[in-house]
Amino acid sequence: MALLHISDLSHRFGGLQALADFFLTLEGGSLVGLIGPNGAGKTTVFNLITGVYRPTTGRIMFAGQEITGWPSHRIMAAGLGRTFQNIRLFKDLNALDNIRLGAFSHYGYSFFQALCRTASFRRQEQQFTSRALEMLDRFGLRKYAQTPARNLPYGEQRRLEIARALMSRPRLLLLDEPAAGMNQAETVALVKLLRELWQEFQLTILLIEHHMGVVLDLCQRVQVLDFGATIFDGSPQEAQQHPQVLEAYLGKDGEE
Amino acid sequence: MKEIPSFLRYPLLLVALLCLSWGLPASGLMNLYIQQVLMYVGINIILTLSLNLVNGYMGEFSVGHAGFMAVGAYVASLLTVAVFPREWGFLLFPVVLVGGGLAAALAGLIVAFPSFRTRGDYLAIVTLAFNMIVKSVLENIDAIGGPRGYMGMAKLTNLVWVVFWVLVTLLVLRNFIYSNFGRGVVSIREDELAANLVSVDTPRLKIYAFCLSAFFAGIAGGLYAHLLQFINPRSFSILKSTDMLVMVYLGGIGSLTGSILGATLFTILMELLRPLELWRWVVGPLLLVLLMIFRPTGIMGLKESRWVKPASERL
Repeated sequence: MALLHISDLSHRFGGLQALADFFLTLEGGSLVGLIGPNGAGKTTVFNLITGVYRPTTGRIMFAGQEITGWPSHRIMAAGLGRTFQNIRLFKDLNALDNIRLGAFSHYGYSFFQALCRTASFRRQEQQFTSRALEMLDRFGLRKYAQTPARNLPYGEQRRLEIARALMSRPRLLLLDEPAAGMNQAETVALVKLLRELWQEFQLTILLIEHHMGVVLDLCQRVQVLDFGATIFDGSPQEAQQHPQVLEAYLGKDGEE
Repeated sequence: MKEIPSFLRYPLLLVALLCLSWGLPASGLMNLYIQQVLMYVGINIILTLSLNLVNGYMGEFSVGHAGFMAVGAYVASLLTVAVFPREWGFLLFPVVLVGGGLAAALAGLIVAFPSFRTRGDYLAIVTLAFNMIVKSVLENIDAIGGPRGYMGMAKLTNLVWVVFWVLVTLLVLRNFIYSNFGRGVVSIREDELAANLVSVDTPRLKIYAFCLSAFFAGIAGGLYAHLLQFINPRSFSILKSTDMLVMVYLGGIGSLTGSILGATLFTILMELLRPLELWRWVVGPLLLVLLMIFRPTGIMGLKESRWVKPASERL
């Protein structure tokens, strides 16, 4: 059975049809790209999946459960992780606290256990703190454990955000333009990192990306959006040749 | 001399503080006026610590904290005067205070629910309205004295109780803040949408934060009522809430050390300014305006001294 199955999804902002009749099926373990020109509705898809917006119509099934209309925190706790186009770290918190918040829904102690710092509370705190430190090590961010996130270099902030999303051990990772603002060398390193993470954490990844190099390198399949409608679904190599895709990106011949 | 083992240092310090707060007044080394001022300092520390949880750590702007204090003060007073027999008063004082605190925590829910959908200026208005509603309700219930106020409480508050509750407040709030819940509360301040999208259950945390904050405001109210032995609705007006805001923003948002510092400095300053009479009330709001312009994060803004952090967080 598919891990994520979206059927007939649409969303309207007032008079603007941001997304129409959107279908998407992700098999467990796949790595799929969602591409399209600016304003095509890609981030809207992410916001609908993660419950930021409520869809006008349609159903979203994740791991056999219908998650349409759930509050965001519940959807994320069900096994999703997400990063943002414009990095959204908790800027005044240090890297360690940012990472530990990624595992928020996994902590099992109660309010009163926390107030009394019971043995079980201390054990869990210790356990999650060491897991968070391991994760920082994995991403080469250990030295920033006590540094407020706002003081990290840009590339490190991007990686910290991915690490935070992975702390909840998600099955599905949604990456919104992870290579935005990176130079060539950083982008190559990122592609390598993402491929490693995909295998190491047995992830299913849905990726929004403008950088065609990244998409060609990473994705097995791409779905192309334009003005809220899906115009192509297939391999990234074919997408590059597809007339409608070229038109969406470059404009129609003889139009101007 | 052998060094004191580290796990005993804090308990010993706390016991020493409690002994001092009993011994100094009992031995006559500390006069009544100083005791009175110190008790005010302590009550204000409790209020400031609790308000800082909502305003500093969670980043909401609650301006009606005196409303919760009023609920605690009235409920605790009713319990000692009308419910429990007078001769048991001394023994039951902790129960009475906790009762007032719980009533205030319940009132905290009234503010917590609107906060799911509203934040910033709009939530500030909700808290302001809450403060005014509490005051008008108290003014209009004749059975508890209406605008004339309520009295008949024994003087049960003493320095030992005040110090004890300051320590309890500090300990409980510290434990909350340095937990998964506390980090979640701070993530609401930092970026509520992102918090939701890393699975932080923000509605639940708002309930925890508002109720915990209101609970300790209620405790402070009970201590206050049994210190003055007289309360009236006017003592819990917006002016009182403003004082608390000044103490929070003076000491520093998101800092327990700052709250203690802010409450202590402000209370002593107001005491020293007593000769100014009515003009004294200009100082608080003026200080708030100046702080907002020149140092919005206060003395300790977002910093914490090492000694209040739990050992596991001192890396």
